[in-house]
Amino acid sequence: MVQLIPLLCGVIFGLGLAISGMINPAKVIGFLDVTGNWDPSLAFVMGGAVAVTAVAFRFVLRWPKPILHDQFHLPARQDLDMRLVRGAVIFGAGWGLSGFCPGPAIASLAFLKPEIGIFVVAMVVGSYLARLDIFAGGAGSQSTRSSA
Amino acid sequence: MENFTPVPALIGGLLIGLSAVVMLATMGRIAGISGVLGGLLNNGSPDRGWRNYFLAGLVAGAALFIALGGDVGAINLNPFEFSGDIQTGVLVVGGLLVGFGTQMGSGCTSGHGVCGLGRLSPRSLAATMIFMGVAGLVVLIIGLAVGG
Repeated sequence: MVQLIPLLCGVIFGLGLAISGMINPAKVIGFLDVTGNWDPSLAFVMGGAVAVTAVAFRFVLRWPKPILHDQFHLPARQDLDMRLVRGAVIFGAGWGLSGFCPGPAIASLAFLKPEIGIFVVAMVVGSYLARLDIFAGGAGSQSTRSSA
Repeated sequence: MENFTPVPALIGGLLIGLSAVVMLATMGRIAGISGVLGGLLNNGSPDRGWRNYFLAGLVAGAALFIALGGDVGAINLNPFEFSGDIQTGVLVVGGLLVGFGTQMGSGCTSGHGVCGLGRLSPRSLAATMIFMGVAGLVVLIIGLAVGG
């Protein structure tokens, strides 16, 4: 029964991605194309979402524990490191190239298009490679596990 | 600016924020898609259940959008109008970069953007500025290369 909650949260999240236009790579590219024919719509997606989380998280994180679980799982690190910077650069390059970030790519599997299947398989392979010991590094691998 | 759609973007963003708040309040989890996915790639991870349900819900949410008559006609998976083989290559490379980068950088648009900014995390703020900046730069460069 408890698993109904993450299922429902996933549905709300996926519906939000679809309604907002995040699932349309052309819309994403239009947002990123600041110097071209800029479409600022997607700023409202992140703005709306962060407005909700910034207010509600403050209250929720004062609770001793979440409603259905014994603890909050939050990233502990506060400091910047080169892994974070390198990872963000690599992700940004892929996002700008394809117009897909992970959430919209997975949600778009619902459209049953081969292009999306190709992208998601490549994304899972890339994710797997990054978690191998040769890339994960000593201290980094543990923090990645409970990552945002 | 004919493509400017702030209202659906805002509604979608609020739904995404709501989903993230419910996930934190009930399961104590950050609704960051790359983090949810990454946890499934650990061998012997004990908490696969909620992750599978959340990702399945994500796909179901986009399917629900179609079922409710949502407009998917504007979706363009090839915004730069690459030719067939090049587009396939772009999807593979883009997917690899997005997967690798989000795992290395411990988060994506949802984990760092929506949830991390909501937690006022300095790491997430830095990551979000970097991946957005790099993505914008990549779009600018491709635009110059293909558009002339």
